[in-house]
Amino acid sequence: MSDNKGVMIVGEVVEGKLSPIAAELLGCGRKLADDLGQELSAVIIGSGVSGLAEQAISQGADKVYVVDDALLKDYQTDSYLSVMDKVVKEAMPQIVLMGQTSMGRDLAPRLAFRLETSAALDCIALEIDPDSKRLLQTKPVYGGNAQAIYSSDIDPQIATVRPKVMSPLAPDSAKKGEVITIDAGLDASAIRTSVLETVLEEVVGIKLEDAPVVVSGGRGMGGPEGFEQLAELAKMLKGAVGCTRPVCDSGWMPDTQQVGLTGKIVTPDFYIAVALSGSSQHMAGCSSSKTIVAINKDPEANIFKEAQYGVVGDWKKVIPAFTEKVKELLG
Amino acid sequence: MNMIVCCKQVIDPEAPPASFRVDAGANKVLPPQGVPPVISPFDEQAVEAALRIKDAQGGTITALTMGNNLLRDVVKKPLSMGADELVLLEDAAFEDGDGWSNAYALAEAIKKIGEYDIIFCGRQAADWDSGQVGSGIAEILGLPSVTLAKKVDVADGKAKVERVIPDGYEVVEVSLPALITVSNELGEARYPTIKGIMAAKRKEPTVWKPADIGVDASNIGANGRRAKLVKLFQPVKEGHCEIIEGDSPEEAAVGLAMKLREVKVF
Ligand SMILES: Cc1cc2nc3c(=O)[nH]c(=O)nc-3n(C[C@H](O)[C@H](O)[C@H](O)COP(=O)(O)OP(=O)(O)OC[C@H]3O[C@@H](n4cnc5c(N)ncnc54)[C@H](O)[C@@H]3O)c2cc1C
Ligand SMILES: Nc1ncnc2c1ncn2[C@@H]1O[C@H](COP(=O)(O)O)[C@@H](O)[C@H]1O
Repeated sequence: MSDNKGVMIVGEVVEGKLSPIAAELLGCGRKLADDLGQELSAVIIGSGVSGLAEQAISQGADKVYVVDDALLKDYQTDSYLSVMDKVVKEAMPQIVLMGQTSMGRDLAPRLAFRLETSAALDCIALEIDPDSKRLLQTKPVYGGNAQAIYSSDIDPQIATVRPKVMSPLAPDSAKKGEVITIDAGLDASAIRTSVLETVLEEVVGIKLEDAPVVVSGGRGMGGPEGFEQLAELAKMLKGAVGCTRPVCDSGWMPDTQQVGLTGKIVTPDFYIAVALSGSSQHMAGCSSSKTIVAINKDPEANIFKEAQYGVVGDWKKVIPAFTEKVKELLG
Repeated sequence: MNMIVCCKQVIDPEAPPASFRVDAGANKVLPPQGVPPVISPFDEQAVEAALRIKDAQGGTITALTMGNNLLRDVVKKPLSMGADELVLLEDAAFEDGDGWSNAYALAEAIKKIGEYDIIFCGRQAADWDSGQVGSGIAEILGLPSVTLAKKVDVADGKAKVERVIPDGYEVVEVSLPALITVSNELGEARYPTIKGIMAAKRKEPTVWKPADIGVDASNIGANGRRAKLVKLFQPVKEGHCEIIEGDSPEEAAVGLAMKLREVKVF
């Protein structure tokens, strides 16, 4: 083991603001740092981002490293990797946390290999082992069928954290902290990729990740038409429509609506699972919903082991009657 | 265009959840009875990505699989889909590695294969969902990488990759040689043709042991791990589902709505 000390989080910037996962990482990082009796730092990387340091301090950071450079406007593996390598070597943290986001899942493993240490991705729990003082990293494996706890003796221990599982702290604007500016020191010719274009799917209504109610359909919907009925129900409940992977594979719904291990992770109050079997990979994306309701014609379907309420029947009969009654009850 | 696709043999991830068992003492997953292993689905899609490039402009595809007791029928699937060569790293010493030791051995094998423009990996192996080996190989070989590809086109010594992001995709251009990891949005992998299956049957894979790729047994498989697996467990689900009955599905549906309203779910 080395002399590395402190917990460092990477505060991702989206459209000029600190993203919600940054606050969650600060909340989780604060707890780990306090358990170790060490400092919590945040790294903010981007172009025109220095104004965000105070926010990170109010949300828990003792120290903020700011790396501000026009070349860092978009996330690129080569540039961000080079910056993080530099920051980590300067600050020598014991733990580095990132979000399990497009950036984190790309950057964390590559950084781990550059620093000759290990990483655990998509963690849903992190704690300090009281005896060894090492970080214990819990993550789902085997498509959510099991969970593994990893640790390592090599510093820094790196982890990415699944969005929405850690709680942010209430911001404290009186909190003081230190801001340190680090020069990116980038050589533009060493960046071997470039983002030519970003194509965003139009979202109508509420975003799936933020919706308090999600109505999801599976392969048993039989085609895209049934999803119009699910959309009507979702709209009534002020929710969004999700789906399983075969639905996206068949082109019935856009890829952005897939819920699951490799799709969106959702945590609504109310999840309605229609004509989907409840595979472990699908449940990995919705099992933290407060109430799960299943509609499936097969009483043996796994989804009935995951749901609190259910109806066994053909969705073509159940959904119209259910929608009608919900409408009536909502008055 | 020379392409290498890393394909891992895994326990079938779509086996029924009820058949999934963990040996907690050994921190291992027990293979389900009667369900044969498969090539990890994202790796099949990585083969598909390579085949689409080969279809468009020609090239050779080498599939690379590391493990022990590899079932020939399983690991030959990329050949039956249209890949040209199969290299197996097969030895007990390659077993139970982590991202670190797996990427190291695969990278050394890739160096020995030699010529490549693109190395494809899956976004994550469907067993440990670790999601690191692709980036690891790229780092070891000093290559640029683009992860989570849904489409890959090659022209003028560069690849144009559609990279999946939460609300859509970004188009990333990368110089070659490069490493690209493939996500399920690429679309389904093709089925092997009869002709392909026959050709795969006749084809003998190249099998390498640790010494053949010049790696020391202490750096690979379980011995080369940098991440320790402290515990493997199945989370307990205290599932109890209240099934709402009715004389007809419509009646049950009405009962469900009333029940949910009563318990204030909506
Ligand atoms: C590595 C990996 C990652 C994956 N990631 C994801 C992921 O992120 N998200 C995801 O969803 N999947 C994912 N999958 C796929 C997953 O394993 C399942 O194959 C998938 O979730 C099944 O989708 P489904 O439930 O819609 O289809 P099925 O399993 O085919 O279930 C259809 C259900 O519909 C019911 N049904 C049929 N007709 C009717 C009717 N008329 N009325 C009522 N019920 C009816 C049937 O009884 C059945 O239960 C992944 C797989 C792998 C290997
Ligand atoms: N044993 C292996 N043999 C061949 N390819 C592998 C192996 N392990 C990992 N890979 C490749 O690396 C990708 C990511 O694996 P992982 O980091 O283990 O999730 C897989 O999708 C494969 O393409």
